[in-house]
Amino acid sequence: MPELRSLVSKVRSKNAGPFWLTIDIFCGSAEAYARVRDDLSTTRVAEVFATDGQAIKRFDIEQLHVVKFSLPRPAVQGSVADRDMHGASWAALLGEVEI
Amino acid sequence: MVRVLIPSGALGLNYDAQALQRGIAAKPDIIAIDGGSTDSGPSYLGRGVSKYARASTKLEWAGLMAARAEAGVPLVIGTAGTCGADSAVDWMLDITREIAAEQGRPLKIAVLRSSQDPDQIAQAFEGGDITPLANAPDVTSDIIRSCSNIVALAGAEQIAAALDTGADVIIAGRTTDTAIIAALPLMRDCHAGAAWHGAKIGECGALCATNPQSGVISIEFDDAGFTVTPLADGAHASPHTVSAHMLYENSDPFILYEPGGYLDVTQAEYAAVDGTSVRVEGSKWVPSDRYTVKLEGARPVGCRTVVMALLRDPHYVANAQVWADDIVDKCGAKVRNRMDLAAEDFTLELRLIGQSASFGTLETREATPLEIGVIGIITAPTEAQASEIGKLLNPYLLHHPLTQEEEQPTFAFLFSPPEMHQGQVYEFALNHVLHLSDPMSAFELEVIDLA
Repeated sequence: MPELRSLVSKVRSKNAGPFWLTIDIFCGSAEAYARVRDDLSTTRVAEVFATDGQAIKRFDIEQLHVVKFSLPRPAVQGSVADRDMHGASWAALLGEVEI
Repeated sequence: MVRVLIPSGALGLNYDAQALQRGIAAKPDIIAIDGGSTDSGPSYLGRGVSKYARASTKLEWAGLMAARAEAGVPLVIGTAGTCGADSAVDWMLDITREIAAEQGRPLKIAVLRSSQDPDQIAQAFEGGDITPLANAPDVTSDIIRSCSNIVALAGAEQIAAALDTGADVIIAGRTTDTAIIAALPLMRDCHAGAAWHGAKIGECGALCATNPQSGVISIEFDDAGFTVTPLADGAHASPHTVSAHMLYENSDPFILYEPGGYLDVTQAEYAAVDGTSVRVEGSKWVPSDRYTVKLEGARPVGCRTVVMALLRDPHYVANAQVWADDIVDKCGAKVRNRMDLAAEDFTLELRLIGQSASFGTLETREATPLEIGVIGIITAPTEAQASEIGKLLNPYLLHHPLTQEEEQPTFAFLFSPPEMHQGQVYEFALNHVLHLSDPMSAFELEVIDLA
């Protein structure tokens, strides 16, 4: 099974304020969008970030060929446990998921 | 019609001077620029200081003040000095006075202050006037009182009050990113949904277009929608770049909460005007029953010392996690035995750069790199204690063997002394809203006339 990142044009992540992380998957085509929308479950995303699937907000945006996930930050931004001040690296972890 | 000129996503990030001049020639009604956000972490709010260099801030602000004088319109900065605390506003005011003296023009400045008294906020919390937002940290009145800085995010109402003074320059403390752009279109009865939506699209400058580093864009607001135009050579907005910007740093790309209501863009239509500009209509503003402003607070959580070593010996690189875990166990025990600190008083972590530093236990891949950087991260109540723990850690990072059988290893250190002191560290303590009966009751407005 291919990695998500090889199917899409870009996966990016960023803080949405200090308490939320948001990850945008720019699929780049209608085909890739349909595949990501159908094959990447919210449950799988919850597993990747070891979080509760109920807490994840998901947006399938057909117009932009984007699938977007927002979740409580794995560690509050800048707290002692935080590893990534701007939330930029988390996209890599999702990009490596096989679908 | 109201034309807002936005020079950049933030003061300190620079802007294209030629594009700015193009914007001035098109006769804007106001120049609006953002001065900060929480994106760089809690330290700036905790300490009440700016992230950007004073030299950059002064140079760029002087350019904008000169452009403002040429255009004869107000210039407004929101979230002055990165965090918008009163000390950062004063820093910005000081720079503004200096430039005004150098440029030799009389100037009327309105200063909108957003800092809150932690004691009053704690009382409001006890009185039920503060409500948590999703994923808010658990707080108590004691935690609120321990914040070194708390700010309330001003909305369009407070910026409108500042504009009503007739000031040339408005230095605002913490505001929402959008309020400084939306305020004037709202005051002049432009479409409310368009005012907030256009403000959201414009708050990062040219990030909603190609050539995002150029910064400068212009947005025209009217009674039905808005039109966004990037002004630098090679910068083009398309329905895709503009609508995609709603995703950026937003947990919800369709709904945006602001003081006094929320923006709903689910029905918005984006259309190309030409190869550069985009027209947007159909956004909706939904007023709320109660007026609330968001609060941000940062509190000190100890002092940090970091120590770095490098593993290059293949045996140690291959077993880095075992080695690091053993050091944390042994050094942690030594800290508890030799210093007057309990386990909950301090943190000691070894982060393996090149192996698992980005994701820790969430990491799914394994690979053995050529070398691994080891950062010891220590927090303790005082700088002296954090420093002392750094000194207890030092011999381990220099010589700790994987087993008693092996010859004593020595690892690479980068500096002498190896301990680096970061001083007081902070954490964000609030993700809450404060209910206000009058929008101005949490803010202070001062007008300064410089002859």
